[in-house]
Amino acid sequence: MGVPRFWREMPVRYNLIGSHCTGCDMYHYPPRAMCSSCHRESLGKMEEHQFAGTGQIVACTVVYQPQQGYEMHGPYPMAMIEMDEGARITAQIVDVAPEMVKRGMRVKAVFRKLGEDSESGIIYYGTKFTPVEELEPEEEESADSVEAEL
Amino acid sequence: MRDVSIIGAGITKFGELWDKSLRELGLMAGLEAIQDAGISSSDIDALYVGNMAAGSLVQQEHVSALIADYCAMAGAHVPSTRIEGASASGGLALRQAYMAVAGGFIDVAVVGGAEKMTDVSDSESAHTLSMGADEEWESQQGATFASLHAMMAQAHMTEFGTTREMLSAVASKNHGHAALNPQAQFPFPIKPEAVSSSGLVSDPLRMLDCAPQSDGGAAVVLCASDRAKEFSKKPISIIGSGQASDTLSLHHRASLSRMPAIAVAAERAFAQAGRKPADVSVAEIHDNFTISELIALEEIGLAERGSAGQLTLDGTTALGGAIPVNTGGGLKARGHPPGATGVAQAVEIVQQLRGSAGERQVKGATLGLLENHGGTGATAVVHLLEVN
Repeated sequence: MGVPRFWREMPVRYNLIGSHCTGCDMYHYPPRAMCSSCHRESLGKMEEHQFAGTGQIVACTVVYQPQQGYEMHGPYPMAMIEMDEGARITAQIVDVAPEMVKRGMRVKAVFRKLGEDSESGIIYYGTKFTPVEELEPEEEESADSVEAEL
Repeated sequence: MRDVSIIGAGITKFGELWDKSLRELGLMAGLEAIQDAGISSSDIDALYVGNMAAGSLVQQEHVSALIADYCAMAGAHVPSTRIEGASASGGLALRQAYMAVAGGFIDVAVVGGAEKMTDVSDSESAHTLSMGADEEWESQQGATFASLHAMMAQAHMTEFGTTREMLSAVASKNHGHAALNPQAQFPFPIKPEAVSSSGLVSDPLRMLDCAPQSDGGAAVVLCASDRAKEFSKKPISIIGSGQASDTLSLHHRASLSRMPAIAVAAERAFAQAGRKPADVSVAEIHDNFTISELIALEEIGLAERGSAGQLTLDGTTALGGAIPVNTGGGLKARGHPPGATGVAQAVEIVQQLRGSAGERQVKGATLGLLENHGGTGATAVVHLLEVN
């Protein structure tokens, strides 16, 4: 990957910067210039949004034949995460045994290395997700508790 | 709009063809199609080339000129255009040629599809295939192409009760068909149990759920129907052509157990043709993974939603069943050179409708459907062919 390409993506990748359509209240990640549901009507109504980084796994799998550059990770869990604002993201789940990763699991974003150009080359960082510790109280309170913890 | 017919078809052997280059594959398929059509190069008005990734796979762009040149059409300055839509490149090339002939711009077009995948390592070709998904927000995050389809399979299993045995039945059926197709990469049967016990690629998908990475070429010759009889005794009509798009990333779709672009492309093709799914006698479906065939059958309306797995277990989609699917072996067993796949589907259906499919002939086939898609369903193209 080219250095300028990664450099220009840093804010989005490092800080989970997406977009929010103030017209229909939809959140997008990665950011979009135009809302996918309001189309042209959304021009001028889009604002930057930093995602809280908490969400829930909506689909997951364990990858046994890794993507190029991920050979050292396998087998590793990949998941689709619905962030609490509503936008979905595909990411690796880390710091957990692959077989423990399940649909419905609460996760939070962590800053991790995505890859590198070579042993002495540039290192790319981005967002992966890790399970949020199971919280004792009722389900309803868990989202608030997670935010407080962060 | 004018009626358009297919008057010639050609296909190479699919597989790991170490001794064949991209240009040779394109030439071999094109020559066979031209000879089959009985046309000479001076009859050809334009060339359309389906190719996904020659830049990554053989470090060659400008494949349109390459193929035109090596098919000896450069001297006559025949216009040649490359079409790319990931694994749907071949189907899109067919549709572009169809529109050019139907629109009256040209009378005779050659549609070629070719891909050379085995000049790079398996890991590189797999990575190239995953560029059909969202490279930046799926592949770079660690998602393989198989892992995205694995999540689709999980969703389909959870929602509809689709089972391991149903997925295995898809691969086993397509291998059974390929055993009757000498051009197939894997012309031998495999038992469903072999699929179920093959190594995990991305849970729940196993090695034998996945189509291979192949070299190969395929070509068809299109002609305005009012001139088709000049060349061919048995032209095959294109009676419907539909195309649709969807979000590039799987995570931006409302449902993981669906590929709605396929449904839209199919609806458009059926509407143009004035036909319905129940009229289809044979179908070629894009089974890059076993789950893809099940979802596509449901999107097209050849199976009710959630029932394609059971239909496959029952043998409905096998040769001898009510609606034989992937009689050529599908991507799974015929092989999957992405640029060629959509065109290879047309070659198979042409052979079926001409009654020249040999041992794998579907008796009395009159209406054939081909469904080709790219990525996780971000591009879909469906054609309906009918024997005159």
